[in-house]
Amino acid sequence: MENLIALLVAAPLLGAAVLLCGGRRLDAVGHWIGTVLAAVSFVIGVVLFADMLGKGAEEREMAQHLFSWVPVESFQADIAFQLDQLSMTFVLLITGVGSLIHVYSIGYMEHDERRRRFFGYLNLFLAAMLLLVLADNYLLLYVGWEGVGLASYLLIGFWQHKPSAATAAKKAFLVNRVGDMGLSIAIMLMFAWFGTFAFGPVLEATGETSEGKLTAIGLMLLLAACGKSAQVPLQSWLGDAMEGPTPVSALIHAATMVTAGVYLIVRSADIFNAAPDAQLVVTVVGAVTLLFGAIVGCAKDDIKKALAGSTMSQIGYMILAAGLGPIGYVFAIMHLVTHGFFKAGLFLGAGSVMHGMNDEVDMRRYGGLRKYMPITFVTFGLGYLAIIGFPGLSGFFSKDKIIEAAFAKGGTEGWILGSVALLGAAITAYYMTRVMLMTFFGEERWRHAPTPSPAEPSAEPAAETRGEYEVPHPHESPKSMTIPMIVLAFGSVFAGGFFSIGDRFMHWLEPVTGHDHGHAPVSAMTVTLATMVVLVIGAGIAYVQYGRRPVPALAPRGSLLTRAARRDLLQDDFNHVVLVRGGEHLTRSLVYVDHSLVDGVVNGTAASMGGLSGRLRKLQNGYARSYAVSMFGGAAVLIAVTLLMRAV
Amino acid sequence: MNPVNYLYLAALLFTIGATGVLIRRNAIVVFMCVELMLNACNLALVAFSRMHGNLDGQIIAFFTMVVAAAEVVVGLAIIVSLFRTRHSASVDDASLMKL
Repeated sequence: MENLIALLVAAPLLGAAVLLCGGRRLDAVGHWIGTVLAAVSFVIGVVLFADMLGKGAEEREMAQHLFSWVPVESFQADIAFQLDQLSMTFVLLITGVGSLIHVYSIGYMEHDERRRRFFGYLNLFLAAMLLLVLADNYLLLYVGWEGVGLASYLLIGFWQHKPSAATAAKKAFLVNRVGDMGLSIAIMLMFAWFGTFAFGPVLEATGETSEGKLTAIGLMLLLAACGKSAQVPLQSWLGDAMEGPTPVSALIHAATMVTAGVYLIVRSADIFNAAPDAQLVVTVVGAVTLLFGAIVGCAKDDIKKALAGSTMSQIGYMILAAGLGPIGYVFAIMHLVTHGFFKAGLFLGAGSVMHGMNDEVDMRRYGGLRKYMPITFVTFGLGYLAIIGFPGLSGFFSKDKIIEAAFAKGGTEGWILGSVALLGAAITAYYMTRVMLMTFFGEERWRHAPTPSPAEPSAEPAAETRGEYEVPHPHESPKSMTIPMIVLAFGSVFAGGFFSIGDRFMHWLEPVTGHDHGHAPVSAMTVTLATMVVLVIGAGIAYVQYGRRPVPALAPRGSLLTRAARRDLLQDDFNHVVLVRGGEHLTRSLVYVDHSLVDGVVNGTAASMGGLSGRLRKLQNGYARSYAVSMFGGAAVLIAVTLLMRAV
Repeated sequence: MNPVNYLYLAALLFTIGATGVLIRRNAIVVFMCVELMLNACNLALVAFSRMHGNLDGQIIAFFTMVVAAAEVVVGLAIIVSLFRTRHSASVDDASLMKL
């Protein structure tokens, strides 16, 4: 059984190699190769899962040592896999959702002439992500970590002919690099202090290490998680990443890759458990991001960017839960899985809407689409109910548990975190209801030509635009697209209940992450009721604003907060002012110092030498008698000196 | 006679020779002044040899004469070819070796 683990990674890797090296002759079948290999990986995952279920809870961990990568005396880097319950959960999520999205992409990318390459990249992503969750040491995890970063870069910039996509890919790559730096520093610290970076020895060694060292490692790991999972302060790339094709947004930037940070923190649980300061920072980052993302999600008119804000916010919930320690690890992963279902479903729904609406993304240009796209409407609606935490659906179980766990943290801290999580739930209900109402309900705004925005005068005159406006014909997407949406909708509806009844998920993960119930200051019932109340308030406000009144075709100017949120709460402005300008000033002053001081010394020396030699040159005048004078003079001086020395 | 007097004579001849090298322009005269300086040295060497009572100085004087003879051959050849090309025996006219 153990020998199958490597095949999990090998199948999509083979697919990527074949598709990317195969050239144009594979254009006709490329998408089938990619999809089949993703499905093979999923089947292997299911086989391993069934095998794992057949064993006792303590014997479920499997390991496969492939070969020694860098065998140097004290530096042992192995290509070795470890499959425990945590990795298994991820494997099923990645290969399952991944296969569905491969199927979806067959339809979605049908008219793209570079479809084979797209599937090659998707397979590359699957291989790297599986490597990340299956690695049994931090170094191999880092390989996967960089691999998913590369795949993400390639896929965000897939439509590289659009300058915005190329820029977004570059931005994602650069911001991720900051986080990757954190991971590499953490690995170096581990090697310096523990002498190894395999999970087992490192996590065992935490008992004998000082808290300060563990806090340092923990904070570096958190930095890595922030980069990959788009948490404040490294969140700015996720919104722009929506430039990529929608299946990519669903797979990489909603369901799997962005949750790698949560995996990293839960995997390093022993380090964080022993470093309470680092844990506190993790919870703060999670809490700030969950509000940040939610607020951004409220103001965006671009359907994918609204969902991206929501992703950021939901991952904030997971990071918050992971920072709570053993009370929260299980719920972080549970929310991660349910989120993988409903967010991937929502993105696929958004992609389906765009597919039927001539790739329009502005929700102010939608409206009343439920009649035209019934399947998309129902699946998107179920995803919507799941994410806002409608009783009985997935989000209800997983998000409630996180809010409960936040309160159970205890003390003032617990109250603050719990309240933030509750507030986040209200905002989630608000922005998701807004997306739902603007897209599927209300007036059919797409029937009229767009009114040119006065704020940004377009290059061509308004009359011309109106004359050329082509009314879209919204239609339901082909089966290859709707079937994955239906499957994901099933997951959104039932996964939460399935995991929670009898605490199945908790018992499943407990051997890996441990679990602690904490001391909740309020009963679970109260939390659930409070969540329901804020949910109704949030959804109600959205209904009053967007359901009862017609949605203006042009975004109103809005309050200061709205305008800030439309600009992603000034994240780019902040980065520009503090980092870009700061960097420019720094380099400019360094250049100044270089020019004036360093070059000054060098050029000054050269100039004085030049001047001196210019003067000395005049001594060579070509007159033999003048040379004779210097010779005699020199001899006379030498003699005089010799005599004087003798005399003294 | 006191041998020191020979040294005075040698110094006098050397000074005359050096002055001639520095102030005369005619290459032949300069050349003769150089020879004068050499012979002043020879005189001093022979005087030293007499004063110290050994033959070292006289041997060196012979060497000097041999070197001076060789130098005359080279030096006169240079002066002759200089005169042929520039139609002048002035050392100041041959001042091209400068920047």
